[in-house]
Amino acid sequence: MAGLEDLYREIILDHYRTPRNRGELDPPALSADGHNPLCGDEIRISVAVQDGVVTDVRFSGSGCSISQSSASMMTSAIKGKPVEQVKSIVRRFKQMMTIDEEDTEIDESINLGDLEALQGVVKFPVRIKCATLGWNTLLDALATEQK
Amino acid sequence: MSLDVTSIRNDFPVLKRQINGKPLVYLDSANTSQKPQVVIDAMTNFMSNGYAPINRSAYQMAAEATDLYEGARSALAKFINAPKAHEVIFTKNATESLNLLIMSWGRANLKAGDSVLLTHMEHHANIVPWHMLVAERGIQLRWVPLTNDGQLDLTQLDTLLDGVKVFSFTSMSNVLGTINPVQRLCAAAHKAGALAFVDGCQSVPHQPTDVQAWDADFVVFSSHKMCGPSGVGILWGREALLEAMPPFLGGGNMISDVRLDGFTTAELPAKFEAGTPPITDVIGLGAAVGYLEKLGMAQVRKHEIELSTYVLNMLKDRFGDEITIHGPANPELRGATFSFAFRDIHPHDLSQVLDQQNVCVRAGHHCAKPLMRILGANATARASFYFYNTMSEADALADALDSASDIF
Ligand SMILES: Cc1ncc(COP(=O)(O)O)c(C=O)c1O
Repeated sequence: MAGLEDLYREIILDHYRTPRNRGELDPPALSADGHNPLCGDEIRISVAVQDGVVTDVRFSGSGCSISQSSASMMTSAIKGKPVEQVKSIVRRFKQMMTIDEEDTEIDESINLGDLEALQGVVKFPVRIKCATLGWNTLLDALATEQK
Repeated sequence: MSLDVTSIRNDFPVLKRQINGKPLVYLDSANTSQKPQVVIDAMTNFMSNGYAPINRSAYQMAAEATDLYEGARSALAKFINAPKAHEVIFTKNATESLNLLIMSWGRANLKAGDSVLLTHMEHHANIVPWHMLVAERGIQLRWVPLTNDGQLDLTQLDTLLDGVKVFSFTSMSNVLGTINPVQRLCAAAHKAGALAFVDGCQSVPHQPTDVQAWDADFVVFSSHKMCGPSGVGILWGREALLEAMPPFLGGGNMISDVRLDGFTTAELPAKFEAGTPPITDVIGLGAAVGYLEKLGMAQVRKHEIELSTYVLNMLKDRFGDEITIHGPANPELRGATFSFAFRDIHPHDLSQVLDQQNVCVRAGHHCAKPLMRILGANATARASFYFYNTMSEADALADALDSASDIF
């Protein structure tokens, strides 16, 4: 059986206790809300994009340690990166969570860094939705730009 | 004589299960209950030795199947003291029972501007179909608010009831554990000229039910929360009201005649049981009712009051202000279903840690999001006890809670 130490790694608890980039950004920053209908977790992601680069990103809302720490780590991982690269990171993360659904190739060279700590979530399938809540919401926020 | 829980536990094969060498502590019966051997046997025996359709064929095995199926209906009618067995309708679950009731009765009787009274502690199943009728018909919803300790605030009840067509409410909250004064609420509804719909999901499995003493007009509940299998719901209604209602689903079994230009409905209860019903599951439910009757529902309620008293005192003794238990503090006013917040640990994380000790609790919004918003929480953890649970299982819950503090 998968042990709790696989799930609650120190770095995850660190991001849970001391979240990075908490808060919201005003427009013209893009934002979207996400819900986990199973557990009621709610998250808002705001992301500022300038010249195709994510210049700032924040998250707010409430949820369990996995959804909150995953969102916190995500913001750290994508801040300052070009949007195209951010989208590749999202896919790489979803691949790690075993929920990547697109047929195009994934850039395997992307290093997820600290995010690798969330690998253990896969052993607790009901928590995959917690770990990916912020990520799907980020994609929703980025998608509002085209409108 | 009180319940012999040790011997009762022997009736439930799953309660002997160990995971990683540790016993299972199943505290999620408000969600769905475990099944005694007699239910499993009744279903297995039917499928092994006598599986056949009901109502359609003359051969002996089909007649036996029909007897078993109708026997379950009669047993249920007796269990809730319904005047007539054909007032008991089998559906897929309580949610379908509510949809049948709200859509069939509602479409026939409600028009734009009519009001319906609900409460802030309803399950989504007694909210969403009404919202659908709001969109379809332009009816209006009113709500009975709650007191600070999670009871219905009835101070304005008569005003709220003034002019409403239906008062639809739960007999017991699946989140707070609060047991509502059903008889009083039905009387108030009738005095205002409204019908009383009772969502009995949480109380029917746990205490004696007498729909005539309640003076309710309709009552719904689910098999799977009362030791029966999943796949069956129950709708009981007064004969005259059911007869006046249009059918809900159309198809086989619910007709007495079909022509090229229309159809005539069958008599009750077939009128509301379109298609092949869950025959095996209804037979299992029949066995569950027999099992509960043998225990005695008054004994079940007594055991659960004792358990509640123990759980409330023990958790307060051990954790003081670090635990917040929602709902009434008086065990006489509540069932043994406890939603709680513990040391700022998110319910999802809490339930994960408890699972390491095989303590099964539910974490989430419990299909009662309006109520959760009032409690100011996205989610709670909920431990719910049934007659097969023991005080030492309550202790196991507390020990597991303690271990959560080591991580967070
Ligand atoms: C109060 C209440 N009403 C309705 C339901 C719906 O029951 P079912 O899921 O069996 O349709 C439940 C079950 O969760 C409940 O607790």
